[in-house]
Amino acid sequence: MTPLASYLLVAALLFSIGLAGALTRRNAILVLIGIELMLNAANLNLIAFWRYGPHPELLTGMMFAIFSIAVAAAEAAVGLGLVIQIHRHAKTTDLDAMNRMKG
Amino acid sequence: MQETISFTPQLAASPIAEMLWLIPAVPMVAAGLAALLMQAKRKTSAVLAIGSMSVSLLLSLVAFAHVVAGWSHGQAVRETVNFTWFQAGTANIDLGWVLDPLSAVMLVMVSFVGLLIFIYSIGYMKDDENFTRFFCFMSLFAGAMLGVVIANSILLLFMCWELVGLTSYLLIGFWYQKPAAAAAAKKAFLTTRIGDVFFLLGMVWLFAQTGTLLFYNNGAGSIEAGALAGLLAQSAALGLTAAGAIGLLIFAGAAGKSGQFPLHVWLPDAMEGPTPVSALIHAATMVAAGVYLIARVYPLMQAGALAGGTTTALTVVTWVGAFTAVFAAMIAVAQNDIKRILAYSTVSQLGYMMAGLGMGGVAVGMFHLITHAFFKALLFLGAGSVIHGCHGEQDVRRMGGLKSDMPITFLTYAIGMLALCGFPLLFSGFWSKDGILEAAQHWSVVKTPFYMLVFGALLTAFYMTRQVTYIFGGHWRGGKPAHESPKVMIVPLAILAFFAMALGLIGTPAWPWFRAFLDGRAASFDLHGFMEPRLLALMGGSALVVFLGLGLGWWLYGDHSPKPSEPDALERMIPPVWAALSDKLYVDELYRVTVIAFYGWLARGADWLDRRVWGGAVAGVAWGFSLGAELNRFLDTNVVDGGFDKGCDELSVGGGLLARIQTGRVQTYLRILALAVVVLVAILFWSNRV
Repeated sequence: MTPLASYLLVAALLFSIGLAGALTRRNAILVLIGIELMLNAANLNLIAFWRYGPHPELLTGMMFAIFSIAVAAAEAAVGLGLVIQIHRHAKTTDLDAMNRMKG
Repeated sequence: MQETISFTPQLAASPIAEMLWLIPAVPMVAAGLAALLMQAKRKTSAVLAIGSMSVSLLLSLVAFAHVVAGWSHGQAVRETVNFTWFQAGTANIDLGWVLDPLSAVMLVMVSFVGLLIFIYSIGYMKDDENFTRFFCFMSLFAGAMLGVVIANSILLLFMCWELVGLTSYLLIGFWYQKPAAAAAAKKAFLTTRIGDVFFLLGMVWLFAQTGTLLFYNNGAGSIEAGALAGLLAQSAALGLTAAGAIGLLIFAGAAGKSGQFPLHVWLPDAMEGPTPVSALIHAATMVAAGVYLIARVYPLMQAGALAGGTTTALTVVTWVGAFTAVFAAMIAVAQNDIKRILAYSTVSQLGYMMAGLGMGGVAVGMFHLITHAFFKALLFLGAGSVIHGCHGEQDVRRMGGLKSDMPITFLTYAIGMLALCGFPLLFSGFWSKDGILEAAQHWSVVKTPFYMLVFGALLTAFYMTRQVTYIFGGHWRGGKPAHESPKVMIVPLAILAFFAMALGLIGTPAWPWFRAFLDGRAASFDLHGFMEPRLLALMGGSALVVFLGLGLGWWLYGDHSPKPSEPDALERMIPPVWAALSDKLYVDELYRVTVIAFYGWLARGADWLDRRVWGGAVAGVAWGFSLGAELNRFLDTNVVDGGFDKGCDELSVGGGLLARIQTGRVQTYLRILALAVVVLVAILFWSNRV
């Protein structure tokens, strides 16, 4: 097994765990945590592809990952803000109760 | 007998001929104006009618004077004004009018008699609420009749002829509230229509053969020598030439209008109309239109005759005329309605005219037409005066003794009666009837018509005596006492009475002015005309016949004044004959069992055909369509609608199913998304695309 493959495997595992959390959790905050996990799995991929890619001397992968972490931080802030607003509005963070968007 | 007529070449139409159209146009315009008047405008309508008639009379007199002036300078005036109405393909439909002695004489007669009758009508129709309508119709009639007279185109003549028929219908049915009047109007219209169909056929044939509708057109007219030669060369069926056949067809039209046997049945019934109508239309002018028509197309009727000979058409005219003369005179003997007696007498006299035309030529027939117009108008107006005086009574048996109650009416009526009987020397009827008898005596074929006409003259004298003694002789047998009529009715009577006597002067053998005028010869006064032995014998003989008839009548009826319930004197003598005569010799009955029965049968057959066959077919088609519609409905409700409804249901069910997916839960969506990605990946993986 090459180092890249093992990294990818770990990232896929991480992504799957995050996805499962996002899909199965009923608490909005836990869903957000799942999404963070998936993002980080993607970051791990970015770093892995950079490190074992054709041009490891360029800092493209790292730059991309740092960028992504920054965006994830902003996203988490917005997401948490939304959750707080929803909690204020609906007095709950249970996602199953948030079904007013159905047709 | 027939002198050769040589007219001088065609004259250019004078201004008078150019303006001839005004004569019929003025009364027609008056009729149009009167039609727009309100019912209450009685005076206006009378003024319009009489004024227009006066204008026509004046113009007619001018035209007449013009013709007489030309004639006295040795010219036989025949001025025509023709124009093309329209073109149909290559054929010209021409109209036009003609001013010649024949039309000039008729113009004066029609407008003069018409004017007198119009004036008389003011008195007679005084109490009628439809006074305005009456004068409107009368003016229209006068216009149409004058149109017939001046027509130079057989088409124009036919159009006016039909207008005359129409006004006759309208006026017979003037009192349409009376069922008898309405029926009589219908009968008159239908009977004359039979003749008119033949006339139309003759007209079309003539047009087809000669290519022109004009009578006279500088040698190119349909009854001028060129066209006649062509018609004679053409042979029709039964050994007739085309000229003869067309002549016979036109005569059938004339017979319908002039009440010749067997189309006479409408004329006595036409007496349901107001008396002035009977006088103007059914005695003086319209019924004479048939005679006038024969006189107008006389060259056609005569075409092919050798000198002194006759043609088939003229022979038929003669026989029909002579037979009608006797036939109608016989029926007149046994009638009790004052106007019906006169009506049959009119039929009889029209027969004389036809016979005169057939045997003696235009002048003989036309002279009797003119004199008859005056004395028969006089008699009818006199009868109207009697009816008016007797408060609407028309049965002669309920009159009597009127000679003292209505002296002027009696006097004028007696003059009319003597003129009709042909009382010698003083009265116009004598001369005109004598002319016919003389022609009959000289007829080259057989003498039978002569004896028939003499017998007719005897009957005429007899029935008129009977009528006059019934009305004026004896004592009053009616209800309310009679009174003399107002002046407006008496004066026309007096004028007509004067002419009933005076007109004889222009046609005596000593001074045959009328005949010379019509034939285009110079008239000479020659007392030796009386001296011809054969003529003297004839005059003596006919006078004797008249005296015999008068005497017989007086002997039978005289001053007896039988009661209305008593049988007639003649009835007591010969009951079977009387019964037949008073039933009008069963002509109506004959028609009832033949023509009418046939049409009734035909109508029933058509009705049956309509109901059963055509009706059945229509019902079948309708049934088929409704069956189709029913099928369609079934298909619609059960197949088309079902399919559609099913589709709709499925759609909404499907929509419901799909709507269930949209839960509004983001996680569910995400799950599905994830599942889909997994499936996609699996597909990609298994298909070895990675």
